[in-house]
Amino acid sequence: MPLPDEYLVYPRRGYGMDHDFYEWSAWSQRPKITWPDGARVALWVNVVLEQFPLDTEKTPFPVPLGLERPYPDYWNYTLRDYGNRVGCYRLFRMLDNLGIKTSVAMNAALAQSTPFLMQDIIARGYEVIAHGLDMAHLHTNATSEEDEREWIRRSLEMLRQAGANPTGWLSPGQSQSDHTPKLLAEAGLEYCCDWSNDDMPYPFTGPASGLVSLPYPFELSDVYCMGLWHQTAVEFAEQILDGFHALNAEATKESGRVLALTLHASISGQPYRVKPIREALSAIMKHEGVWSAKPGAILQAVRSQP
Amino acid sequence: MKRSEPGLYDYLPLTSRPAIRWPNGARVAFWVAPNIEFYELHPPPNMSKNAWVRPNPDVLNYSWRDYGNRAGVWRMIDAMKELGIRGSVSLNVAVCDHHPEIIRRCVELDWELFSHGIYNTRFVLNMSIEQEQIFIRDVIDTIYQASGQKVDGWLSPSVSNNPWTMDLLAENGVTYTCDLFHDDQPMPVRTETGRLCSIPYSLEMNDVIAYTRAMKTPREYGRMIKAQFDQLYAEGEESGMVMCVPLHPYLIGQPHRLEPLLEALDYIKSHDKVWLTTGREIAHWYRDHYYDDAVAHAKMLRTSHAPAG
Repeated sequence: MPLPDEYLVYPRRGYGMDHDFYEWSAWSQRPKITWPDGARVALWVNVVLEQFPLDTEKTPFPVPLGLERPYPDYWNYTLRDYGNRVGCYRLFRMLDNLGIKTSVAMNAALAQSTPFLMQDIIARGYEVIAHGLDMAHLHTNATSEEDEREWIRRSLEMLRQAGANPTGWLSPGQSQSDHTPKLLAEAGLEYCCDWSNDDMPYPFTGPASGLVSLPYPFELSDVYCMGLWHQTAVEFAEQILDGFHALNAEATKESGRVLALTLHASISGQPYRVKPIREALSAIMKHEGVWSAKPGAILQAVRSQP
Repeated sequence: MKRSEPGLYDYLPLTSRPAIRWPNGARVAFWVAPNIEFYELHPPPNMSKNAWVRPNPDVLNYSWRDYGNRAGVWRMIDAMKELGIRGSVSLNVAVCDHHPEIIRRCVELDWELFSHGIYNTRFVLNMSIEQEQIFIRDVIDTIYQASGQKVDGWLSPSVSNNPWTMDLLAENGVTYTCDLFHDDQPMPVRTETGRLCSIPYSLEMNDVIAYTRAMKTPREYGRMIKAQFDQLYAEGEESGMVMCVPLHPYLIGQPHRLEPLLEALDYIKSHDKVWLTTGREIAHWYRDHYYDDAVAHAKMLRTSHAPAG
């Protein structure tokens, strides 16, 4: 069957983006960003804590490292759960020893089911990012706008009941529907990390005005480098350092930069992976001009630019 | 036309073909082909190929591609300028409309713009010949209006073709295709009219393949590029070779990936018998000096090695 002639019609072919979520902005035309104390690179380390319900039915698309084996998939369930029992505490200890300001993106269901973990996170002074209900609740257009609004409301409510006060959002699997940015803004959230399209924060527009996108380079995450691509922790650590040096060099010439690093407790928290990651982070922390910052502080700094 | 074979080129074995001499005795014609692309958030469906892996809107994948235009491409262009390497841009021409700033920068630096279709989310699969003709004219006109350049090269979006595509390209004055991966040297492509060549583009050296399929680290990718070059440089003493590094700013423009590539490019540049060039210049050189010889040689081989009886 031939294609309809509408296939050769391009309704959004014009200046800027092909949607109204945010505006096009060329890298070369950005204003210079200055970090507190003249720092060059803001280092943001985000630990992700996730709950994969054992009875997950087919999701709209597969989540990286999700449950894919027949019920009951103890293999993947327990591999991921390892992160919430063992891996995260190993990472928390490492990050605290290095003096790194940390955020934790956490599924609401996990916050509810593990009060010990949540209290520990709060006691350590970490910033909690709402990470949806759980890894079975992916945000797509298959869910109605009202249902999605309710998912977001419940996620925030559950996290608050557990003692956190999230101002930011990361969807499970970075999934968003056409309504998500608007619903996040409506829920009073200040930032989201689902759009991996920039190395610097930028504002959403239109119905999502007020919401800011923070950089989330998922290819420099442990899920991709080690979980999916089977690179070694040494190779992962090299990439972190290479990324840092590149950003640091740019910041010297151009503008403050953000190095956003995502660690999943079930992957980076494996014993044999800790040392290379620790060494890379330690080298960055010892470097001059590094500002270890939680996402809320980065957002605050961006908002207070002259 | 047999469906079992492309029928686009003759068998010309590496050890029996006219030797190529590049300008100034270069052994390798080296070109870098950044793919500057625009993927739509809500593309229309094409029954043969999904534009996105996840259901629309595929925010993860869309934003990843968008990264190339917002951040990666600027970093890549500056670095290539610094090295003195021109790009031959495989362009989704809708970028001329959406992001003219990028096009202006490429034109300023005397980079070649060639066709990578209109959007990377629109494929020629299932188009009629008439529709594909409209599609091709759109591309040619858009690049001309944005840059004054004539379209010489063609890389189909997602390397998707129809059996008549090469004929249409030749008829529209395109001089080279990047969709054929059968050789390390340019080759004539059999078309009804015109003189179309294939120019080696390479999937092996392509950052998309290296990173997202072969799952290599940036440093490993750099080593692969150097190894590819070393072999071709040695062989190029006998007959000039072509090496292409196809890039995607959404991948290579990330901070942790750029340096190993630049180091490899610098290594290549440090050799004296390298022709740092563009797809267009290679295609024109080949067409003007070797196209006819290659066709004649293939014909001779067919005749002299015809099966008995």
